Amino acid sequence: MDDETPRFLDCGEAALSVEFGDSVDPAVNARVLALDERLRAASLAGLRETTPTYRALFLRYEPLEISRAALIAAIEALVGPAGVEASQPAVRWTIPCCYDPEFAEDIGEAAALLGQTAQSLAKLHAGADYRAYMYGFAPGWCYLGGLPQALAIPRRVSPRGPTPPGATLIGGALSLIAANPMPTGWYVVGRTPERMFALNRAPPFLVAPGDAVRFETIDAKTFLALDARACAGETVARRETLL
Amino acid sequence: MNARLFIEAAGPGVTIQDEGRFGLSRYGVTPAGPMDLGAYLAATRAAGADSAIEVSLGGVTLRAEGATLCVAVAGGDFDIRLDGRPMPPACLLPLAEGARLALRAGPSGAWCYVAVGGTLAFAPTLGSRATHARSGLGPKPLAADDALTLAETAAPPLEPLALAAPWLAASDAPIRLVLGPQADYFACDEIDAFLNARWRIGARSDRMAYRLEGPAIRHRRGHDIVSDGVAMGAIQIPGDGAPLALMADRQPTGGYPKIATVIGADLGRLAQLRPGEDLSFRAVDWEEAVAARRAYFAAVEAGATREPLGAEMTTESLLAENLVGGVVNARD
Repeated sequence: MDDETPRFLDCGEAALSVEFGDSVDPAVNARVLALDERLRAASLAGLRETTPTYRALFLRYEPLEISRAALIAAIEALVGPAGVEASQPAVRWTIPCCYDPEFAEDIGEAAALLGQTAQSLAKLHAGADYRAYMYGFAPGWCYLGGLPQALAIPRRVSPRGPTPPGATLIGGALSLIAANPMPTGWYVVGRTPERMFALNRAPPFLVAPGDAVRFETIDAKTFLALDARACAGETVARRETLL
Repeated sequence: MNARLFIEAAGPGVTIQDEGRFGLSRYGVTPAGPMDLGAYLAATRAAGADSAIEVSLGGVTLRAEGATLCVAVAGGDFDIRLDGRPMPPACLLPLAEGARLALRAGPSGAWCYVAVGGTLAFAPTLGSRATHARSGLGPKPLAADDALTLAETAAPPLEPLALAAPWLAASDAPIRLVLGPQADYFACDEIDAFLNARWRIGARSDRMAYRLEGPAIRHRRGHDIVSDGVAMGAIQIPGDGAPLALMADRQPTGGYPKIATVIGADLGRLAQLRPGEDLSFRAVDWEEAVAARRAYFAAVEAGATREPLGAEMTTESLLAENLVGGVVNARD
């Protein structure tokens, strides 16, 4: 597939998938996010909502207000003949994460599978630069690209029990911060006291798709202190503007 | 005391719905909203309501408290009783203080909407009052002894009226769909097998997905795709080849190929099928899907027509009253 020219795939008559590739790839995702930014800025009449995913932008639209052809023409004009420029993160979040085994339930198991120690896994995970590729599965489940290759791990054949809230996980070539307890095929390698989704906080979601993410290693005592503050509605992750 | 709608009894899966929680799918939030949008709009617009109770096959019994409420009912062909008196399946009623409205599964249809004119007195969650049980957003599913308080109430009609909403009529016509977004993951003869099969709605179907029982549909290029966005009505084919029609409570993204997507004009008809009922599909192109959408929503926008209760209904209610009288007499 030519990555520069997206494919337009109908999802019924009122949704369209603009597909930039068929793999999890930072360059593909950067094009998805760039089109998302431009379409949101363009506020096309009839375009209801855009949902970025790893490799495609999902558009919900009202075909009685904008035709498929007009929508595609508008996208092609935004993408341009040379292809849409990759977007750059505008914001970086530093998210506290505790890798102590009592908070990182699967770190020993994952480290053994990867030929690492729990300490080297934690160091590699905390030392990488991530980007929020997309949310999916449930509110506040934030999927991150940028996992070091040494930590790429096949998903479990059958799911483990429910994750603790704020679990930081690895699976495939990705990392993930999970908001609420759910069974998963991924490995819990840490836990953040930050709430990726909190109804009692404005805004309820902190990290936006496309934002840069780093982890900051914290010990168990710090985790408990930050957890109490986060529970009261405070934001404990740090936000920096990059552009 | 504020006017309230008291829930005397509720089967499983009775929830509050509005049009849905839109605009946050980029954060993993499922829109939820009604299973049958056309029926929901028929009820809410007739009553002047901003949300409705979505009633499952489990049924519900409701009682008005503190005022006479303006109540509209529309959806599948449910058995509807106002203080024991049979009502047509779509109707607009004055629900007098203390009066009881009971909905039970009827001859056909899986969902029915009860809309109370006015405004429900509870704050929306992330901009919507819709229940999404799986993520815990919106109110919990309704249960016996719950009560919905109304901040304002609309004026009720003087007497029960039938609502004529032709778009709610059940039909055996094939459910229309547009192929894609991943039809290219299936060989032509598998797509033909999908379109030519007679499907049955599986028992484990719910607001999240309807299971379709029939021939296994095989993938040409494997069954794992990199997750992408999912529209309501997408027909996803997982590894076992058994299709799932993804409905109102679907996850916002999914990792299995979607062979086709049910068109907006037929989503309500699909939703109203019950486990054990059969259906077939017919592929249409985008233009035909949009023409069907235009016609469907033009009818919905025009709204349901209010009509006096038919002679048939009057006879039925008289019979019901006679029957009750007869039982009493037999006991005397």
